[in-house]
Amino acid sequence: MRDSVTWKIGGEAGFGIMSAGTVLARTFTRAGYHIFAVNDYPSLIRGGHNIVTVRMSSLPFNGINKDLNILVALNAETVEFHKNELSPDALVLFDPKDKEWVASDFPVGVRLIPIPLRDIISELHADGVMRNTVVLGATVALLGAPFEALFSVIRDQFAHKGEEVVAQNEKIARAGFDFIAKNFSTEVSMHLSPGTVTEKQLVVNGSEALGLGAVRAGLKFAAIYPMTPINAIISFLADHAKEFGVVYKQPEDEIAGINMAIGASIAGVRSMVATSGGGFALMVEGLSLAGMVEAPLVIDLGMRVGPATGMPTYTEQGELLFAIHAGHGEFARIVLAPADAEEAYSLTIDAFHLADKYQIPVFVLTDKYLNESQWCMKLSTLQKPVTLDRGKIITDDTGKPDGEFLRYDASPEDGVSVRSVPGVKHGQYYANSYEHDGLGHVTDNAVKRAEMVAKRLRKIKAIQSGIMPPQRDGDEQPEITFVTWGTTKGAVLSAAQILRAKGKKVVVVSYPWVFPFPVEETKTLLSSSSRVIDVEQNATGQLAYLIRAETGIDIQEKFLKSDGRPWLPEEIVDRIK
Amino acid sequence: MATLTAESYNTGFLPTWCPGCGDFGIWKSLQGAFAKLGIGPDDGFIVYGIGCHGNMYDWMKMYGFAGLHGRALPVAQGAKLANHSLPVVVVSGDGDCLGEGGNHFMHAAKRNPDITVVIHDNQVYGLTTGQASPTAKPGFKTKSTPEGSTDAPVNPLALALVSGATFVARGFAGDLPGLTSLMAEAMNHKGFAVLDVMQPCVTFDKVHTYQWYRQRLYRLADSGYTPDNKLKALEKAMEWGDKIPLGVFYKEDKPTSEALEPALSGEPLNRLPLEVAHWDKLLNEFV
Repeated sequence: MRDSVTWKIGGEAGFGIMSAGTVLARTFTRAGYHIFAVNDYPSLIRGGHNIVTVRMSSLPFNGINKDLNILVALNAETVEFHKNELSPDALVLFDPKDKEWVASDFPVGVRLIPIPLRDIISELHADGVMRNTVVLGATVALLGAPFEALFSVIRDQFAHKGEEVVAQNEKIARAGFDFIAKNFSTEVSMHLSPGTVTEKQLVVNGSEALGLGAVRAGLKFAAIYPMTPINAIISFLADHAKEFGVVYKQPEDEIAGINMAIGASIAGVRSMVATSGGGFALMVEGLSLAGMVEAPLVIDLGMRVGPATGMPTYTEQGELLFAIHAGHGEFARIVLAPADAEEAYSLTIDAFHLADKYQIPVFVLTDKYLNESQWCMKLSTLQKPVTLDRGKIITDDTGKPDGEFLRYDASPEDGVSVRSVPGVKHGQYYANSYEHDGLGHVTDNAVKRAEMVAKRLRKIKAIQSGIMPPQRDGDEQPEITFVTWGTTKGAVLSAAQILRAKGKKVVVVSYPWVFPFPVEETKTLLSSSSRVIDVEQNATGQLAYLIRAETGIDIQEKFLKSDGRPWLPEEIVDRIK
Repeated sequence: MATLTAESYNTGFLPTWCPGCGDFGIWKSLQGAFAKLGIGPDDGFIVYGIGCHGNMYDWMKMYGFAGLHGRALPVAQGAKLANHSLPVVVVSGDGDCLGEGGNHFMHAAKRNPDITVVIHDNQVYGLTTGQASPTAKPGFKTKSTPEGSTDAPVNPLALALVSGATFVARGFAGDLPGLTSLMAEAMNHKGFAVLDVMQPCVTFDKVHTYQWYRQRLYRLADSGYTPDNKLKALEKAMEWGDKIPLGVFYKEDKPTSEALEPALSGEPLNRLPLEVAHWDKLLNEFV
């Protein structure tokens, strides 16, 4: 019995690799395990090498690590590419018809599980793509889980296609399960200790978690141009548009997208856009517009490897400073950076609240690793009540005589003036991209200009009083303080655990709220340790740069990585001298 | 409520347009059309582009959005989807709508939102003191084309037609009553209505004067033309020279972008509650 197993399946795009990962993840969350699944694929529809890695554990964990306990190869390349990653006692599942692998091809300790996938498929008159279902059955058997756990997911997945399809999939999965039971009944090394999660869990990718947060917050309009890694938000919103009274509109480009979302916001609904770096580059002009007309707006910037088209399906944290500095002119904004699906959900709700409260653009800064990986979340977490507050807005009748409703009244201390919505009686004003006066009329008067700049930037001070502080996780009087943000936090937390097991005192400081920057909290947190290490997934240390700019603290030691692959905890530990 | 007249929309600001500018005629016609349709200053929404035309908001009392150059149409579509009961008009220029915003124009037309776009078409960039616009005709001398424009001009009407606009018309800024009723007709049309308005630039264009237009313009309606055939309309849209047609080129009944949106079958989005009705059902899809 073991607490954690990491399983990897590989094959060509079109082999059902991704869906196999989802089914396995769901099977084990239903059985009470914690799961995490991450994909790795090139920007292709057919061919190329696709892999999904699923970690299942009876104990909570943060992302993947170096372990690879079961490798499922749907082609010979998968074995060639990944045999060096195998843990010493790993199992390798393969079809001898792809290649007759023998034990001497692998390090000592690795055990081979040849399965005649093609023969099983042809005996059952099934399509070749369903080899993925055979190996799912075999996997469940090797992990010591009951077949019913897998079947319940298969049944739900195919129910809408009718009983015949369900029965066919069951038969194929069972063939894989029975094959192991019959031929490898003594292979129990990968049996998992019983699941410990007693309540219902969801399996969602980061985009879906973000979409759930948005809908929960009352999102009504989204204009999103397709782009990896945020496409799952489009599917989520488009699939539920009617049910939830949401309009998802596919714009002609990201420029149109952000302007549509601003138009919807001015017309009175909660609206958002989502994109990756290249698309956001096109939105920058519109971001500045949102700042000027004080339109609440939520932006999911899902980072991927840049510059330019970069490696579109790989992950990076290269746009922290871009998000903070984007836009011509000076205006207030907030940048939130979730580390996992649960934070993607909760910070998205916060983002809508903050956007309305301060009438500004708010970023949810995510990355490919978060957007496209699959995470487990407790159902109860999503059932907690949320507070929905639209801030200073009048939707009925302002009660002011004509021409006296000062939408951009410069006097409020927090810089936030009451807004009305087109159609509201006695609320007429102009949302003006030009510098403007209280009603929205253009002005280039020096005094009024200075007044309006001050009004808009006073929001920053108001925001600063409510910043979510950095998270501190770890020991008192630490020898090492790790500083990190976004999804890198998972790997750093796991690294800290490994180091603690070796007797080191370690603290992890991470930033769910990156901008405006929590200056005083950071000064306090970083002063307690003689050794501070910045860990980020970019080449230049953008958080360290921000910390230096905001606090004067110059972090000397930086662990940086920009190969497009997420940090593994062992890689961090290996770099500690 | 007091009866609406063109004056109901005055703000007290004096226009900064050059004396004699075609923009005056468009502005007054727009006021007249709103009054005629009973849409008061609190009832509608005008999205302006950037250019001489766009300065209109200052003296046009109605909810307005003075956006970015070229981006008026996306803002208007977002607003219309957020509140499909709101009358939405776009006041744009030839540079704004067909240059910087050309892609938005094409895509707005193909979606058919219930929005009217009024294009101030004068062949020049007036606000930047007289460069050639996308509709500048070959040989037209401007500050950016001292030897005469070499590019073929964009034909706004033909572009609107092939892109899917369901109401396509040409107006003239020197014909207040005619333009007012054309605007009212465009706004009454359920769908994407494009109104290209010939607007003499009295400062930077000494060729295409009021006189020049008056000598050439003729009313389509007077020639027995009926605006019910797209190919015929295209042919008419190509007519430019000694005779220039004026009026409605094409009109078609077709479901609007909003009518086809499943979430917009009832109340506008901005009147729906924020709370999700079937939250638990949604969550269970992911279990």
